[in-house]
Amino acid sequence: MSAPHDKDFESIEEHEHHHHVVPPRIYITILLTLLVFTAATVGASYIDLGPLNPVIALAIAATKMILVVLFFMHVKYSTKLTKLTVGAGLFTFLVLVGMTLSDYWTRAWGRW
Amino acid sequence: MSDSQVVVHGAAEGAHHEHLPYQRHHFETYAQQSDATNFAMWLFLLTEVMFFGGLFTAYLIYRNWYYPAFVEASHQLDIRWGTANTAVLIISSFTMAMGVWSAEMKKKGALVFFLVLTFILGLAFLGIKTIEYKEKIEKNHVPGFHYSIQSFLNPSSDPEVHAKNPEDKPLPYDMARHTEIYFFLYFAMTGMHALHMIIGIAILGFMIFRARADAYTTGHVTFVENFGLYWHFVDIIWIYLFPLLYLISRH
Repeated sequence: MSAPHDKDFESIEEHEHHHHVVPPRIYITILLTLLVFTAATVGASYIDLGPLNPVIALAIAATKMILVVLFFMHVKYSTKLTKLTVGAGLFTFLVLVGMTLSDYWTRAWGRW
Repeated sequence: MSDSQVVVHGAAEGAHHEHLPYQRHHFETYAQQSDATNFAMWLFLLTEVMFFGGLFTAYLIYRNWYYPAFVEASHQLDIRWGTANTAVLIISSFTMAMGVWSAEMKKKGALVFFLVLTFILGLAFLGIKTIEYKEKIEKNHVPGFHYSIQSFLNPSSDPEVHAKNPEDKPLPYDMARHTEIYFFLYFAMTGMHALHMIIGIAILGFMIFRARADAYTTGHVTFVENFGLYWHFVDIIWIYLFPLLYLISRH
């Protein structure tokens, strides 16, 4: 065990390291960006872009999700453990959905 | 409850004088405690992601199979209500994030204010959803014995929707019946999302009382922070539901 004053110093440092307070300025910026992206995705849905319509809508949704996760949910300022957990979760999710969809969409391959 | 508090108190007196009152005795430091809680919350949210992921996958598969039915059924949704609800939820996520900030800065008045705002915005979302559900019920677009395919067999029998989508052709009977799957998934997905909102609003109500009693403004912000994660997660689900249900089948 280290001396009490060492331990105090350590815990204060750790405390500050883990409790990064995100300033309101960032929250306001993210809010406005999310509202702009919402307007953009609604606007894009009024234009006929053929197969690009769903691609654009989902790309904008993914961008909005990333902004919410990084800033509102503080992942940008979180520990490596949290970052790894979120990243691994997203990766597993994409593998599960991607494999399932590629199975269904290729069952009748070449038979239409 | 009181027993365990006595034990914690005794342990704290033994060796760890510097411990914060809200630090549980089985954690070395408060930072370790909040990291562990944060990690646990994220694991819970990942199970939620997988749960909703199944619904999203089902939606994409059936949309691919019964594309004409899904396109015409989605024309029944009103893009204006969907856009309004997206804005309401995004703003409520912002007020929730400001609530977490207020708790971190130990501003009790601001915390209560932002929690109340989030609570009201949550109710506004459900109110708009109710208007939309009511319209589906009136048109017999709720899957079940009374489900009606009239709007899809004969689009001009539904003048309001037909005026907005004049290019919609009458669907053959078989395809028109598959619109019921669209509405089944619509109610399953938005209903599950709404259930999460209702649970969130109930917890918000509880938190408003606790915040007024100074529970979150003495340095222990874990509960507010983790509830914030839940609320933002529910927002993210809607960020995907909105384009998938309302936007991508407009042409």
